[in-house]
Order: sequence, then C-alpha cells, then structure tokens
Amino acid sequence: MIKFLFKGLIRDKSRSRLPIIVVAVGVMLTVFLHAYIVGFMGDTIETNARFSTGHVKVMTRSYSDNMQQIPNDLAITGISSLLNDLDREFPGFEWSPRIQFGGLVDAPDETGETKSQGPALGFGMDLLSGGSREPERLNLQKSLVRGKLPDSPGEILLSETFSRKLKVNLGERVTLISSTMFGGMAIHNFVIAGTLLFGQEGLDRGTIIADIEDVRMALDMKDATGEILGFFRDGFYNDDLALSEADRFNASYSSVSDEFAPIMKSLSRQGGMGTYVNLAKGWSTYISLIFIFAMSLVLWNAGLLGGLRRYGEVGIRLAMGEEKGHVYRSMIIESVMIGIIGSVFGTILGLSFAWLVQEYGINISGMMQGSAMLMPEVIRARITPPDFYIGFLPGIAATVIGTMLSGIGIYKRQTARLFKELEA
Amino acid sequence: MENSQIIRIESLVKRFPMGKGEFTALNGIKLSLGQGEFAGLIGPSGSGKTTLLNIIGSLDVPTEGSVTVLGRSIGALSAGEAARLRKESLGFIFQSYNLFAVHTVYENVEFPLLLLKYSATERKKMVTDALDWVGLNDKIKSKPPQLSGGECQRVAIARAMVKKPSLVLADEPTANLDAANSHNILKTMVSLNRELKTSFLFATHDDKVISYLRRKIFLLDGRVDNDVIISN
Ligand SMILES: Nc1ncnc2c1ncn2[C@@H]1O[C@H](COP(=O)(O)OP(=O)(O)OP(=O)(O)O)[C@@H](O)[C@H]1O
Ligand SMILES: [Mg+2]
Repeated sequence: MIKFLFKGLIRDKSRSRLPIIVVAVGVMLTVFLHAYIVGFMGDTIETNARFSTGHVKVMTRSYSDNMQQIPNDLAITGISSLLNDLDREFPGFEWSPRIQFGGLVDAPDETGETKSQGPALGFGMDLLSGGSREPERLNLQKSLVRGKLPDSPGEILLSETFSRKLKVNLGERVTLISSTMFGGMAIHNFVIAGTLLFGQEGLDRGTIIADIEDVRMALDMKDATGEILGFFRDGFYNDDLALSEADRFNASYSSVSDEFAPIMKSLSRQGGMGTYVNLAKGWSTYISLIFIFAMSLVLWNAGLLGGLRRYGEVGIRLAMGEEKGHVYRSMIIESVMIGIIGSVFGTILGLSFAWLVQEYGINISGMMQGSAMLMPEVIRARITPPDFYIGFLPGIAATVIGTMLSGIGIYKRQTARLFKELEA
Repeated sequence: MENSQIIRIESLVKRFPMGKGEFTALNGIKLSLGQGEFAGLIGPSGSGKTTLLNIIGSLDVPTEGSVTVLGRSIGALSAGEAARLRKESLGFIFQSYNLFAVHTVYENVEFPLLLLKYSATERKKMVTDALDWVGLNDKIKSKPPQLSGGECQRVAIARAMVKKPSLVLADEPTANLDAANSHNILKTMVSLNRELKTSFLFATHDDKVISYLRRKIFLLDGRVDNDVIISN
C-alpha cells in the first residue's frame, strides 16, 4: 500500500511538485537562517569574549560588582599561584590575565611640551612571552595598519584613528597618565610600535594595547591583574559548560565575606551578554515556528486545490471498500513522504548556501557604523550539527498540518456526496 | 441454492433535501435479486436508477423501508461495516471508468487486493487471471491515458472482478463507448456472469445493454413500473 502511494506521488507531478518545492524552499531558509544566525550571534559573542568578557572571567568579587568602572584598585593579587591552580583544575580553558585601564595619553613635542592629548582605553595583555595566543586571539597582526607588533618592553600599539588624532608617528614617544593600583598617580612612557584598525568605532576611538608586564609596572600592579579571561580550548562559547565550570570554581574559591576573593563569571553573566546568549539559543525555535506556520498555510491551500482534483480518486477508493479514515491516513502518509523528500532537498540547499556564507562571509561593515556593541565586520554563517536535522521538523510538520487541514473536507463529506461529485 | 436471494428490498423510499422541502427520488421500491442474475434497471433520466444502485451498493442509505444485501441490512450498517461489505463482496463499474491515472493497468487491478491484504504471489495470479478475462494481459504496464476508452472500461471491469465479488453494480458502463466496444464489453460481462456466477445489476437506458439483459426492471418516477424476466 505504501508502495502504491509512493508511486502515485512520484508519478503525479502535480501532486508532489508544488508541495516539495514549498517544503524545500522553507526548509532551505530555515537551515540557512539558522546557520546564519548562529554564525552571526556566535561571532558577536566570540568578538565580545575576545576583547572583553572571555568565555569566563575571574576577578575579585568587588571588581565584578563594579566592572564598568574597571576598578584596578580591586584587582586580584597573587595571581601566579592562582594561575597555576586554574591551569591544574580547569584545564579545559586557556587562561589569559588582562588589565583594562583608563587614562590620558599625552604626546609631547620636541621641547617636551604637550602637543596633543586624548583619553584612552587600555588593554594590558601578554604580548611578549613567546607562545602567547593573545595577539592571534585579537587578530592583531591582521589589524595592523602601520608598524609592527611590540617585540620588546616599553612598546605600545595605538588605534590608527587615535594616532591621527594625537598626530603621532611610529617610533615616537607617548606618555600614559593614569592611576596606580593604590590610588597614586601613574606616569609611564611608551614608544609607538604600530597602529591598528579594529573596524569598531568604540575600539577605534581611543584604544591602546601594551604588554601586560609594562602595564603592571606602569600601574604598580606587581603579581596582580584586573581580570583573568578563560577561553575554551576547543573553540566556541558553550553556555551550559561555562555556567557549570563557574559554579565549580565559585564553590571552592569564592567567599561571600571576602570581597577580594576571586569569583568566576560566565560570559552570559556579564553585562548585557546574557540576553544575547539566550536570544541566540532561542532563535532556532522561533525560526522553525515561523516557517511551520508560513509553509502550513501555503500547503493547506495547495492541498485544497490538489484535494479537489482528487475527489474522483477518493470516491473510487471508498467505493472499493477503503474506509474514510484509511484514505485520510494514507494522505497523511503521503504528506510525510513529501515532507521528507522536500526536507532532504531543502537541507542540502540550505547547507550549501550556509557553507558559502561560512567560507566567504558577507561584509556588513557599512551597515554597522556608529554601533557601540562589539560586532563582527564580516558575517559568517556557522554550520552546526542541528543544521542537519532542524529543517525536518518544520518540513514534515508543515506538510502534515497542511494535509490534515485540507483533508478535513474529504473526511467530513458524506460518502454519498463524494459520489455525486465523482459522477459529475 | 440455485436462486438464493442476494438483494431483498421492501418499501424503499429515498428522499433528498431540496431547498426548503424534500424531493422523493425513490418511492416504495419492492424488489429482489437472485444469485447469478444478469439484470438491469431501465428508465428515463431522473427515474432513480443511480439512486437505487448507490443504496444497494451501501454508498447511500434508505430514508424508509428495508434493503438487505448479502444478508446485511444497509440502513443499519456502520460506516466501517458498509466499507467492509463493499470491499469483500461488491464490485463497481462506472460510466467514466475512474481509473487511477498515474498507475499502470496492473496496479489499478491490484488495488482492491491490497485492501483485502492478499499476499504478493496471490495478487500476481489473481491480477493476471482478471486481465486474461478482459483480454488485456499485453497492456499491464500501460497507464490509463495511453489506453482507448474501451480498454479503460475493460480495466475497470477487471478491477471490479479481480476479487470475484458476489455482485457487480454497473452504472451506464457503455455510455462513453462506441457500438463495437460496447458489445465487446457486454460479451465479456456475460461470460464472466456464466463462468464465475457473479450477479450483475446495471443501470442503463442504452438499447445495446438492454439487449443482453436476462431481466429488465423498468423504473419510472422512483417506482418499479415493470419487471420482465427473459427465459431462454
Ligand atoms: N443527492 C441528491 N440531492 C438531491 N436530489 C438528488 C440527489 N441525487 C439524486 N437526486 C435526484 O433524484 C432523482 C433521481 O436521480 P438519479 O441520479 O437516481 O437518476 P437516474 O435514473 O440515474 O438518471 P440518469 O439516467 O440521468 O443517470 C433526480 O431527479 C435527481 O435530481
Ligand atoms: Mg444515473
């Protein structure tokens, strides 16, 4: 019987072609959009992770409570042993101490008088110890506009925009004016090694990047750091794992009474990123529902038209003693077959497009001007395992729902009435 | 046993709702049909032939009176029981063949056997036999659009006969056929009636069909006007 139905479907193009195309298109869009959104949201998450939040971040409790102010007076001290502990107990992460700091950058003229000045947001990170992955993580080499990455102490990177604003050149000296960890005045000289273009207005305005040892010296932060960022060794952010690892850390290290005790926070527990992560998680559900709804409507109508053409067939099957419920069920079986065929085609197409956008990306830098959030410049889709099956849910659900709705007419109609139509 | 009754109808009335009132299509039919008959309902258009055939075929129900087919009372059957009666014991032939257009001749004839859950080997033998009866074994792979009208109707006969039903109901089976094909079809049915003892009940106003009937039941305005048995 299944074979009989299947042959009918394959041979009767008008019965199968339109629904298969509708399903394939819907499934293609579902799969593609899913990969695209996972890629886009994932990239945004990763960009934020790399520049500011890590996949998890360790800091002191009070630093974490006042994170926006980057309060280095609340920094973690004794970090050599803490880093050892982290490497031993949390080997799934790569640990990178970072110092974020604010300050004023002052460019002197030949006589030593101030030529220009500007507020800066600084990052101290490991640039000089061989084997540091920080330059690669922030894509510094590729972001260089002029010069080179620092290769000896006392060298600094400026954003290209900032260097133009200060009218300074490579090899020139600039002075950082900031405050030490203990609240005193900090003044430190750096030599400009290179300039960077991030493509993000927020970062391009006034960013400076220096080796973390220089920053420690400048801010008097011996064996201390503002934050320790942890990155999953095997790639992308995994919220469930990040949350459980943070809980595990906090259970043994954190303490409610000691405001300088370290605390670990997942990316999703830092600032607005939580909403974003949840949005990213919920998206596949929303997309599927939207497409189930839209495709069902189309298939319902297609089914009504197709059903009219099939009154004759239904009538004769009833005359031969097939029960109405059986006819109805067999139409639903047909719709499942169509759903599967359409979903297979749609998934293949969706994956192909997603793969193209994963490999080549879509440049949206033009659209992103003025955005304060750290967003990637080039959007890339990211194909994840769910892309291979999520299309089948809307694909099959839509055909079945569409057929059920359009078939109700046949189900409700009296056998005798179907017969009248058969004679006509 | 020779003349055991397969249809018994008493005081059958069938009314259809029409506008505000009702239309009486059958008005007090009394009729019985024995096993192996080759009979026809004859009458002008609108006399109630199709209506009566549909009720006998359990596709519709009586408004009043009793209709018993193969021992089962049509008005009292559930939808499932009616379907079962049709599946096991009745064959239908229509004016407009009603074949499955995308399925082959073989698959069309095989369909009733799928419903009856015959095994593949049984099906193959039965379909081959049925196509032999109508002389179409050389066309098993053809599809209806490739066949002539006469061939289509022969496929429909094979499909109705393949399960060897007790009763075949044929509503204007020759209306779309030319004279030669009509005679051909009718001769086939006459011989099946003889060999398999299948009873045939026609609804027709075609003289060619009427000339083959061994019993002529004349309907007029929903009543049996005359009932003539031809002895030979
Ligand atoms: N479902 C229905 N609703 C209303 N009236 C009906 C219905 N079915 C049949 N009739 C009416 O009942 C009468 C008998 O119809 P029926 O189809 O049985 O005639 P018939 O003898 O088969 O005619 P024909 O030779 O044209 O096929 C007709 O007047 C028809 O209009
Ligand atoms: Mg009629």
